[in-house]
Amino acid sequence: MSTTTQRPTVADSRTAGKAARVLGDRRLPVLVTAGLFLVMYGIGLSRYQNYGFAEAQVFLNLFIDNSYLLVAAVGATFVILSGGIDLSVGSVIGFTTMFTAWLVERQGLPIVVVIPMALAVGAFGGFLMGYVIQNFEIQPFIVTLAGLFLFRGLCLVISKESISIGDSSVSSMAQTQVSLGGAFLSIGAIVALVVLAAAFYVLHYTRFGRRVYAIGGNEQSALLMGLPQGGTKIAVYTMSGFCSALAGLLFTLYIQSGDPLHATGMELDAIAAVVIGGTLLTGGSGYVIGTLFGVLVLGLIKSLIQFEGTLSSWWTKIATGVLLCAFILIQRAMTSRKKAVAGGS
Amino acid sequence: MTTTPRWRALTHHHLFWPVAVLVILLLVNVPFTPDFFAIKMTDGHLYGSLVSIVLFGSPLILVAVGMTLVIATGGIDLSVGAVVAITGALTCSYISDQADQSALSGVFLALGIGLAAAIVCGLWNGFLVARMGIQPIIATLIIMVAGRGVAQLITDGQIITVNSEPYKLIGGGYWLTLPFSIFIVAAVVAVTVALTRKTALGLLVESVGGNAEASRLVGIRSMRIKIMVYVFCALCAGIAGLMISSNTSAADGNNAGLWIELDAILAVVIGGTSLLGGRFSIGGTVVGALVIQTLTTTIYTIGVPTQTNLVFKAAVVIIVCLMQSPKFRAKVFGAKRGGKQTAAPAPAETAPAAEASPKMEVS
Repeated sequence: MSTTTQRPTVADSRTAGKAARVLGDRRLPVLVTAGLFLVMYGIGLSRYQNYGFAEAQVFLNLFIDNSYLLVAAVGATFVILSGGIDLSVGSVIGFTTMFTAWLVERQGLPIVVVIPMALAVGAFGGFLMGYVIQNFEIQPFIVTLAGLFLFRGLCLVISKESISIGDSSVSSMAQTQVSLGGAFLSIGAIVALVVLAAAFYVLHYTRFGRRVYAIGGNEQSALLMGLPQGGTKIAVYTMSGFCSALAGLLFTLYIQSGDPLHATGMELDAIAAVVIGGTLLTGGSGYVIGTLFGVLVLGLIKSLIQFEGTLSSWWTKIATGVLLCAFILIQRAMTSRKKAVAGGS
Repeated sequence: MTTTPRWRALTHHHLFWPVAVLVILLLVNVPFTPDFFAIKMTDGHLYGSLVSIVLFGSPLILVAVGMTLVIATGGIDLSVGAVVAITGALTCSYISDQADQSALSGVFLALGIGLAAAIVCGLWNGFLVARMGIQPIIATLIIMVAGRGVAQLITDGQIITVNSEPYKLIGGGYWLTLPFSIFIVAAVVAVTVALTRKTALGLLVESVGGNAEASRLVGIRSMRIKIMVYVFCALCAGIAGLMISSNTSAADGNNAGLWIELDAILAVVIGGTSLLGGRFSIGGTVVGALVIQTLTTTIYTIGVPTQTNLVFKAAVVIIVCLMQSPKFRAKVFGAKRGGKQTAAPAPAETAPAAEASPKMEVS
């Protein structure tokens, strides 16, 4: 629509036509989120300068502490871009922590063997859900809801108690630090960034990525154009299941235990991150880079609350809700603008 | 072949399958607990498995009845669990601040405050869905995420306990030998049925769910109807919140009403209301909620480890949804029939069913 509007601030102040063009720009939500992140970071810098907020490690900790959320949100981005929704994310993460802890601790399997098994189970779960959604035309919402129940139940079937992992290879893996100048990243953060890069490549440079956008944009048209819509949908849910399982593995590394209640409700965090990152919930429009900023904003809220010290953790939920609301309204303004343009011409 | 018309009319009644499932579930209990259906009178109160199923299922029935109307308009309300928590938190924190917690005026004021908060949540949801045109699942997600934070904010992250006799009555008291909450549920269900089936309101709700735009064009104020059902749903959730916090005499911002939205949606689906909107059955929903509560009770009584509860629920969701899916029926049952008969009529019989299946869209 508009390829020339690079600087929204200029357009805002000039003419209404330019403002409308900015509002129609698909990149706007991502830019808003990135801007929001910078502003929040700036506030943090000015408020907590004397408490070491400016240290590079504080910034890198955002990646370390939210690596699992980033991976889960990348999976959710695919599903939401395709016009679906996956509510089973948190349960699959919880199940993976349980499954991994149980196999490593109780069955004595080496972690190298357990990792591919856990990933396979997650991907297979996603595949099954995608298969039912596609072949029996049941709403994704209700199928993944069943997935939520199923995986949370399976967690409890494995054990009602949490299992802590004392395995030395796991803890050495968890403690490995990759130094970056004066600061460091964990293995989990690196994996998350690799996943992000892979998702970016797949979405923007492969045929599969274009199909995901096409189905989310207009399923009927995609079908009429002869896109293999069924396979793509199933693949999207398989990928989401895989990402959830990988996120579960990262979470296991991060927390070094399995617990049947781990990651309860994390699907909401993942969906919130995707929405705050500017992906349209109706599908078809958005960027995986936006999801990164969404996760960073959510992570930054948590660390700002930590630095503030007097604020309690439930403010995180309230702030997430407020942000979610704001971005949904921005999206709404954008889509109604697009509709008005389409209707007028 | 040999079925009589009366039997056919019975099996084709929309309540037949939900009730059949409920009866089967109840009967499953008999070999394990022989006196399952026995109801005893102790201290002037009726006790028994059946009574406790209705008692413990009361909040779920309330939430599910509200959810039915929302789903009938083609929407969904994910925020009910959070509304349960907020209402309980506000009411309990007000009561606990009173010098005399059993004073009737204070309790009534507390109830009013709690329910008013629920109505505000409903208005907000309705505003986002009807006015702003945001998909219901997303619009109600906001309160689902933020609501628990608000509830914790109200209770200051603590579990607030109250010690108020009149308040205890709502969820844990007895009246005329029966649990008081049963009367509340009966009243709400009766009012809902009367309003939706004895007035045109139900028809309007179904019409909005069938096609909101067409309804608007024929002069139905679909926006107002939508806002109304979200307010009603939140109000039901609010009453359920009072019941839950009254039963335990405590408000837990974090866990009160956790997952109840999922159970409620499940109850609605079991009751035969289509998730696509345009049609609803309050009776079906009540039976559906009882099925879920009975399932939970059955799992306890037959000695299956309680943690498998969720796996059972997942199985029920999938089976019910598959049975409701025209495409699944066409594939599984249609294929069988096609094998028995000649090939030609089978597709003709199944094709319209498949075509009639409305397209599932997230919009």
